[in-house]
Amino acid sequence: MGQAGQSGDIVHGHRLWVRLIHWLIALAVLTLLYSGVAILMVHPRLYWGHAGNDLMQPLLEIPLGPNHHAIHFSASAPFFGDASGPQDANRLNEPWNENGWARSLHFLAAWFFLAGLSAYLVIGLLTGHARRALLPHRNELTRRNLWQDIKAHLRFPLPIAPPPPYAILQKLAYASVAFIALPLMFITGISMAPAISANYPFLLDLFGGTQSARTIHFFSFAFVATFLAVHLAMVAMTGPGRQLRAMIRGH
Amino acid sequence: MSDQRLLLSRRGLFGGLASAGGLLLTGCGEQLPPTYGNILRMGDNLTYTMQRALFSPTGLAREYDRSDISSMPATGTYDPSRADGGLYDPAQGPDYARLHKGDFADWRLQVEGSVARPGSFSLADLQRMHRRTQITRHMCEEGWTAIAEWTGVPVRSVLEAVGIKPSARYVEFHTFDLMANSLDMIDALHPQTILAYGMNGRNLPIGHGAPLRLRVERQIGYKSVKFLRKIVVTDVFRDTGDIKSGWAWYNGI
Repeated sequence: MGQAGQSGDIVHGHRLWVRLIHWLIALAVLTLLYSGVAILMVHPRLYWGHAGNDLMQPLLEIPLGPNHHAIHFSASAPFFGDASGPQDANRLNEPWNENGWARSLHFLAAWFFLAGLSAYLVIGLLTGHARRALLPHRNELTRRNLWQDIKAHLRFPLPIAPPPPYAILQKLAYASVAFIALPLMFITGISMAPAISANYPFLLDLFGGTQSARTIHFFSFAFVATFLAVHLAMVAMTGPGRQLRAMIRGH
Repeated sequence: MSDQRLLLSRRGLFGGLASAGGLLLTGCGEQLPPTYGNILRMGDNLTYTMQRALFSPTGLAREYDRSDISSMPATGTYDPSRADGGLYDPAQGPDYARLHKGDFADWRLQVEGSVARPGSFSLADLQRMHRRTQITRHMCEEGWTAIAEWTGVPVRSVLEAVGIKPSARYVEFHTFDLMANSLDMIDALHPQTILAYGMNGRNLPIGHGAPLRLRVERQIGYKSVKFLRKIVVTDVFRDTGDIKSGWAWYNGI
């Protein structure tokens, strides 16, 4: 077991609560990624602001799924007689849509995600684990130290990283996901919920509107998915059996 | 705001504290929508119960300025009389065609169920009642949003006119296509839950649900059913089709 004993986190190994929460969040995040992609595929267009739809200019169109450039509308008619103003049009074909299960699965997984993330942040911050294991110290953020760690990662075979203490790149990756990207996914996610923004209107202003929140939700997703790919690749390259065992048994 | 006062005068509407207590209990799991053993529907009920427990029943959705009004596509059924529509109802479609031809002069909204005075309302009747105009954001489950101005009569005013019974718990909305939906009393009596006959300062266009549609501003777009025909107040939850076909009934998220 990775019990700390007298020496805090210096003894190598993952504590029990870290392992439990790791797998809870892992399962929730995988489910959220899966259902989230299905939801995105229904309307793979991103906007900025409060309103955004097929009759408006998107910020970005993602060439993903059967609905990309496949939805047709009748000729549009202006609502106020102004051809450059808001338009009305009938949608002529039904889009591919699996949101019945995808949305319900997304929000079910979100409860487990919320439970795991809040438990991690509360325990991690209260016990000092987060500060000791993940937050980079000022003297680690020197150009020299960063460059050394980058060189270490570029060398083959990769160094087998014993669980805490972590080197600077690993700290930065974990800290940015745990303290920035995952909380941001949650906040941008609930900003899109009409019942929640009715109770907390500041959520609509925090990101500049529902569609801005949705766009940020997408880019945070892209960051988390990239992290996950790199994380899994690093595990695979540094002795996957040993790494898995450490996250299950603790050492 | 008179709307705020309306929402708080719950006792006047129900004629008894006991019924108000029952109303609160619907949010606490006394009566939850069926899950049919599906874990996703259990998750829907968890979200419903938690949102009802955590959030104020009177919280108002953001209202926007006229300058914020955006384009808005008409999705789903855009004409219930078209037999090629995916949600065409052969029992109602021809009626809709006839009413549309007569400019909806013969259209009436039936209100029945657990009410003291079941009856029907013409468009002119509804337009004479308490009028509310709101510029709100439509959030479609697909991911798009649109801001529009809606004018109509609060569902609450119609329910007051027919006098709902103390045992009433849900309000069902039936339409001229195959869509139907229901609300609990918290959303049905919310001041922004209206039966809209106007959009962006004109009569409601056909594509957006003429002559009358529901607006439920604290839930996802598909709860705001179009082409209304009948309102039924019920004491027990009845699946109007969504849950069995795999969609969440409560959609505040």
